[in-house]
Amino acid sequence: MTSVREWFDSGRHAVSERWHNGPRWMRWALIAAVIVFFYALPNREFYQWLGPIPTTGSNFGHVLFTVSIYVLLAVGLNIVVGFAGLLDLGYFGFFAVGAYTVAVFTSPSSDLKTLWPWMLALPLAIALTMLSGVMLGTPTLRLRGDYLAIVTLGFAEMIRVAATSSEFLKGQRGFNQIPHPPGSYPDGKPIFGVLDPRPYYWLVLTLIILVVIGVQNLNRSRVGRAWIAIREDEDAAQLMGVPTFKFKLWAFASGAAIGGLAGALFAGKQNFVSSQNLELLNSIIILAAVILGGSGNIVGAIVGGGLVAYLIERFRGIEFFGIELYEYRFMLFGLVLVVMMIFRPQGLVANRRRAAEFKDRRKEVIVGG
Amino acid sequence: MTTLLEIEDVSLLYGRIKALHGISLTVDEGEIVALIGANGAGKSTTMRAISGIRPVASGRIRFNGEDITRLRADLRVRRGLCQAPEGRGIFPGMTVLENLDMGAYTRRDRAGVARDLARVLELFPRLAERRKQVGGTLSGGEQQMLAVGRALMSQPKLLLLDEPSMGLAPMLIQQIFSIITEINEQGTTILLVEQNAQQALARAHRAYVLETGRIVKEGTGAELLHDPSVKEAYLGVA
Repeated sequence: MTSVREWFDSGRHAVSERWHNGPRWMRWALIAAVIVFFYALPNREFYQWLGPIPTTGSNFGHVLFTVSIYVLLAVGLNIVVGFAGLLDLGYFGFFAVGAYTVAVFTSPSSDLKTLWPWMLALPLAIALTMLSGVMLGTPTLRLRGDYLAIVTLGFAEMIRVAATSSEFLKGQRGFNQIPHPPGSYPDGKPIFGVLDPRPYYWLVLTLIILVVIGVQNLNRSRVGRAWIAIREDEDAAQLMGVPTFKFKLWAFASGAAIGGLAGALFAGKQNFVSSQNLELLNSIIILAAVILGGSGNIVGAIVGGGLVAYLIERFRGIEFFGIELYEYRFMLFGLVLVVMMIFRPQGLVANRRRAAEFKDRRKEVIVGG
Repeated sequence: MTTLLEIEDVSLLYGRIKALHGISLTVDEGEIVALIGANGAGKSTTMRAISGIRPVASGRIRFNGEDITRLRADLRVRRGLCQAPEGRGIFPGMTVLENLDMGAYTRRDRAGVARDLARVLELFPRLAERRKQVGGTLSGGEQQMLAVGRALMSQPKLLLLDEPSMGLAPMLIQQIFSIITEINEQGTTILLVEQNAQQALARAHRAYVLETGRIVKEGTGAELLHDPSVKEAYLGVA
């Protein structure tokens, strides 16, 4: 097994070497090609040409929208888990806060009857999720260890219970007729309608690109350095003068805001939000995606989020020795994760830093035990 | 000489267990002061109280004329109080240079930082050789040097060193202590926690002996080095 790993690692090193040492324009050209590919992907003329592998039985544009939402969530959770090293087990709760904020302020079934347009509710949704992140983080981020994991787990569950049982949040009946994002084609037809999922996918894709650019800049600044220091050794970071609490809260709040954005986008497309959309499992799936892809690495989070969400959809309708694979999707993911943790704990696309940290931790385990 | 650090009757709790029972000590500007004692005597705990990683239960800590008892740890660094943490307190995933850079996190004067970086690399030629290597792959001695060098990068008035000789080969211990003396001669005050009492007392101007959370003895390094009870308890000679 080691030899397989070595082979895999050496291949990866060669790729990363070429990536980092190659000319600048080549890097940009490759990034541009990838972006163009993903913009073109939902068009039937394009994906048909790629053969039977990428397509699923269901509406491919819709699948891609779901996948892109997961990617956005993975990018957001990666800030919390990957950069700052905070274990957030209830990240999907922020998605819920975002989706429900939009629903409450825009839907005619809401008691508020404000009937805002989607675009007006969007900034409020982001602000409220950020606020909920700060409220949740302020008491818990002062503590060390697993408290945060437990509190976040409780938070997501609280949101779900509130959504299920509160009269104001409409339970399973949910909110309907949530408005779509604005915009219309020259012929007057709305861009964001019910039939064509592609514009939503393109919107999310564009937002992912913008968010990634923002996160990347943040990560390269003093804030990013502080996050890495906190993740690697919180005491040492504090001893170097890093205001650890403040930066942990920042990571938590920005992660939450991205989760809220994803929720608002989801509500705007689905035009229906109910407590059935909120499953604890979703938090775990996103976390699994980040870890699988390589936490602490934006590319890793994107790959992880995309892969996990896509595979879940891809399993639909596939039978294997008479077993419906979709039914066993979570067991399969559990298995894949266990295997990953044994052979490649730093994830598929890891950075050198993360790899070194894991080695260091292993050394500690050996020394300690 | 002016007093740089003054600790008055400080007690500290770990849950319900009292780790420090009213400790008082002072460090004057320009000194090397050593804190010696057995395992569990409260040496590292005292350091944590001073650097602010653990809150104190009672008592006062004054630094440079200012009461810092309730000040956050990161703000104490900005006041000129920096600790090189015990053992593996370096950032394992960062390179040597990135680690040193983190030491200067609170500073904005680029020219000064560059000057101090050059000085640290001169003090520790070993670190200069390994500048691109990640911290986690350094040997124990190199990590220790990195921890000291990184703390120096914050331009501290008072440098707190927690067990700088822990786990090092005898030759390296010798080396790290002469570097500590050199740092001190260049003008940095040092408070040092050590199990290696022999070396610590030989280098320190003054020293305190800690036993189960209390200071039981104090004096100049030379006095304690020749004190019969210290000799018996910490220097391994009857």
